[in-house]
Amino acid sequence: MTILALDWALLAEKLIMIAIIVLASLGIALYTTFAERKVAAILQDRPGPSRAGPFGLLQPLADGLKLIMKEEIIPNAANKWLFILGPALAMTASLMTCAVIPWGSAIDVFGRHIELQIADVNIGVLYVFAVVSMGVYGIMIGGWASNNKFSLMSALRAASQAISYELAMGLALIALLMTTGSLSLKTIVEQQVGGNWWNIVYQPLGFLIFFITAMAECNRTPFDLPEAENELNFGYHQEYSSMKLGFYLFAEYINMIMSSAIMASMYFGGYDLPFFNEASVAPNIAAMIGVGTLLIKIVLFIFLFMWIRWTIPRFRYDQLMGLGWKTLIPLALFNMLVTGAVILATQ
Amino acid sequence: MQALTNKAQAVNRKPMTFLERLYLINIIKGMMITFSHMFKKQPTIRYPEEKREFSPVFRGLHVLNRDEEGRERCTACGLCAVACPAEAITMEAAERIEGEENLYREEKYAAKYEINMLRCIFCGLCEDACPKDAIYLSETFAPANFTRKGFIYGKPDLLIPNPKTEAEAYAEAKGVEA
Repeated sequence: MTILALDWALLAEKLIMIAIIVLASLGIALYTTFAERKVAAILQDRPGPSRAGPFGLLQPLADGLKLIMKEEIIPNAANKWLFILGPALAMTASLMTCAVIPWGSAIDVFGRHIELQIADVNIGVLYVFAVVSMGVYGIMIGGWASNNKFSLMSALRAASQAISYELAMGLALIALLMTTGSLSLKTIVEQQVGGNWWNIVYQPLGFLIFFITAMAECNRTPFDLPEAENELNFGYHQEYSSMKLGFYLFAEYINMIMSSAIMASMYFGGYDLPFFNEASVAPNIAAMIGVGTLLIKIVLFIFLFMWIRWTIPRFRYDQLMGLGWKTLIPLALFNMLVTGAVILATQ
Repeated sequence: MQALTNKAQAVNRKPMTFLERLYLINIIKGMMITFSHMFKKQPTIRYPEEKREFSPVFRGLHVLNRDEEGRERCTACGLCAVACPAEAITMEAAERIEGEENLYREEKYAAKYEINMLRCIFCGLCEDACPKDAIYLSETFAPANFTRKGFIYGKPDLLIPNPKTEAEAYAEAKGVEA
């Protein structure tokens, strides 16, 4: 008796892909923490972590071990369930984004045609937005459940910042979606592959707005007000310790990787290697080159994030809100109108 | 008010132009500055592997000197203890008896010679005060210890190795003479 007619091979294929992508994201995030310290050090004429292993390469493992070994403290006054739910939610939300990112074109293994994307959702961009907005709940719940005024203050800041900047981000994206005519990330990337111009050419202003808002969504400097340690001691994760703290810190880096991947996919051609004819090599090799290209783009974006972090100081809170509401949103609306007008005129 | 120097500059209060208010250009300029620092030489000294050389006048841990034949130079005159502003030095004198001529250079010697390294300020006045060239400050510093007692250095800690019997250790302890 068949209850469900499932394509078991497809299920296995997707599960393997999910495992690979989640583990790879965690691994990259692990080394992004290391890269952050190293980049910071090199930009400040310091050597950075160099003791653990060759060039300090084992440092993230040592950090992770330290976090795991630390005592797990749940404050007496905290709401225990929400306190545990907070970091779990932050981590889940940041990992869920990777489901719709097209990591490469497609490979043929064991007679199967495997798309290098977990799910080609036809509203991929909306899905990303929904999941990114979920991330704020992790921070909010963590800050609220800690029962600490600094954590609460920081959670409030994070929430209002996320709401303000998501608006501008959405408006910047609408202009892009007007030119692509599709919400599927796969389609958006495919439109840029193979000699076509990347979307950055059509939407430079849109990309600038998206980049700034993405930085704000990731709580990165200059928008790291939720973690302003000189104002809020530590931020929304002040009461956290051990791996729960690690989850929060990790989720932040995974967010950074995912927003880099999304920016690369939407504005910089995703897995498209410029001036390279994919048809000249075997399809599998071409797909692998594509994956490598996307990874390089992600790494460059991460470096850009870090580079900015170690260059510019933090915004004041009213300046942050002013930039979000009075500059970015009108600018995004303007961009949208111009894009619409150009599309109408060229039709 | 009369300006004392002509270095003072009036603050420019011109309102910022549109490009300046965008900040983007200045942010990129700042990023170029940080980027240029990636190629600068790091002044870091990786300590345990690399050590910075002390200056020739560095005043470190005390050494009680011996003469060429390996005899202790100190005569327990107490001038160093008197000169010491931190009162870190105490000593007890003893008379050299028959058969100890190869150990002590003169008829009187220090039976006990202690320096409290927690009191010592490493000023080097003891070195200046010594008429017998018996004490000088070396180019090492006192290592950490778990107890206060451990910082009271006695003769075994301070005496330089015998140049006759342990020539190598003596040369090492002597170091570069200033």
